[in-house]
Amino acid sequence: MSAGLTQALPGEQVRITTDPHTEPFWEAAKEGRLVALACGDCGTFRMPPTPFCPNCQSKAKNWVELSGRATVFSFSIVHGFPGIKDIVLAAAVLDLEGAPGARLVSDIVDVDPDDVHIGMEVEAFFSPISDGWKLPLFRPVTTG
Amino acid sequence: MTATAPDVAIVGVGATDYYRRGQSWPRTINELAGEAILAACEEAGLSVKDIDGFAYYSEAGAGYGSKFDTGLFMETLGIPEVTFTATLTSGGGGAAGSIGLARAAILNGDANVVVTVMALQQAQQRLGSVFAASAPNPINSFLQPSGLSGPGHLMSVLTRRHMHDYGTRREAFAEIAISQRQNALNRPKAIMRDPITLEDYFNARMIADPLCLLDFCLETDGAIAVITTSLDRAKDLKQKPVPVVAAAHGGSREWGRAFSWFGMPQETFASSGHASVAKHLYRRAGVGPEDIDVALIYDHFSPMVLMQLEDYGFCKKGEGGPFVESGAIRYKGGSLPVNTHGGQLSECYIIGMTHIKEGVEQMRGTAINQVDGAELALVTGGPAAMPVSGLILGKHL
Repeated sequence: MSAGLTQALPGEQVRITTDPHTEPFWEAAKEGRLVALACGDCGTFRMPPTPFCPNCQSKAKNWVELSGRATVFSFSIVHGFPGIKDIVLAAAVLDLEGAPGARLVSDIVDVDPDDVHIGMEVEAFFSPISDGWKLPLFRPVTTG
Repeated sequence: MTATAPDVAIVGVGATDYYRRGQSWPRTINELAGEAILAACEEAGLSVKDIDGFAYYSEAGAGYGSKFDTGLFMETLGIPEVTFTATLTSGGGGAAGSIGLARAAILNGDANVVVTVMALQQAQQRLGSVFAASAPNPINSFLQPSGLSGPGHLMSVLTRRHMHDYGTRREAFAEIAISQRQNALNRPKAIMRDPITLEDYFNARMIADPLCLLDFCLETDGAIAVITTSLDRAKDLKQKPVPVVAAAHGGSREWGRAFSWFGMPQETFASSGHASVAKHLYRRAGVGPEDIDVALIYDHFSPMVLMQLEDYGFCKKGEGGPFVESGAIRYKGGSLPVNTHGGQLSECYIIGMTHIKEGVEQMRGTAINQVDGAELALVTGGPAAMPVSGLILGKHL
């Protein structure tokens, strides 16, 4: 890997916790599936997963399996992280294909930071982190 | 001129020395806060025993990672009885709004002499990496793994979208940093007193591109306390009262947790989140942006100054870049002098309190960089998770 490409934080340093509302997202990620939470009544998407639908206040949940594709809504090129001085991250806010209104914050890896742009099409892969969980990360969609 | 006659006033401000991060030790954070409270009482001509209310913000946070405790202040300073002790929620977004909380206590008859205090001491935890250091929870597990490790990293993402949507240039952020540094040059207590140039700005280290080192506020230590009381009582005290014309805090659901969530609709995403609060603030005050003579705009990160100028109506949405680049915010020659104290980018960062202090000095007519004839000062709290807040101070006639 060229030193100039973006990375993600080392998996063993990344820890998450879950609650009953968020756990299905992480259980799906563990299986290599990207899902988003939609209201079981009105269909409005919401992320991160929370107890109520902000549109109709329903507690009914519908976990929708997504394509894993996403579009960069905005991003930052982060230089360094506490304890990892030289790391370069492309931290991005992503609009998820098939889940309008739901966004995910993740990293775009293996890319030249100068190539990252708003509107860029990316796709998910799943990378091991602490405690046996997996984190959805993204790479540019490969064309052709 | 204003909608209703002011009913409360700021009557005393006390500040400690300002220090670079960690250099206030071996003084403790409660010692810094206590020193600021005593100084504010002394300035007002009040005894510390007159204090009967505490109106905090940031969940009574003592900087980051520790909390103030009213009982401990009473024990250590000898305050006999308190009849109001409350805080605004969340973080530095409530800085300006804490004066509204003090006003609420006074108008409700709960308390007479209300102190607002903030101290910052970064001996253990730097603010700059506060999110990286916090324990994971089910909600931040959707943010923390991305490596957006501090507030500036989060706001760099908003900034990128503003640049994309409106063509805002880094030159505008540079102008904010440069003009505020200019305002700090003649201030004895300012931490940064060397001028900076456009070249310095573009040579500065990128931290979270598009934000560079000079877009980030300082990491400093210090404490400031402000005392609010009824305007009637204020008239008998040592300082010329500074009337609270209006205060507002809150925010819309579209902003909500803001950059801890990133779900904001497009126009709100590339904003400071202050639009709804600005509307309430002006309505309560009965004034508009054209009436504001000096603006003390919370500047944790320079692009958020620009976005607040838009949300407070000093220019149209999306036109903050050209407005700033025109020189409009300069103390000398600008149509709206902004952060005449150098702000958190150049003077000192105490989570919004230096802006209240400067607003008071401008309205007393005693500011180091006094705006001639200024009669209304806008003070804002930080663009941050709900609530954000604003305050309009007036001149006592």
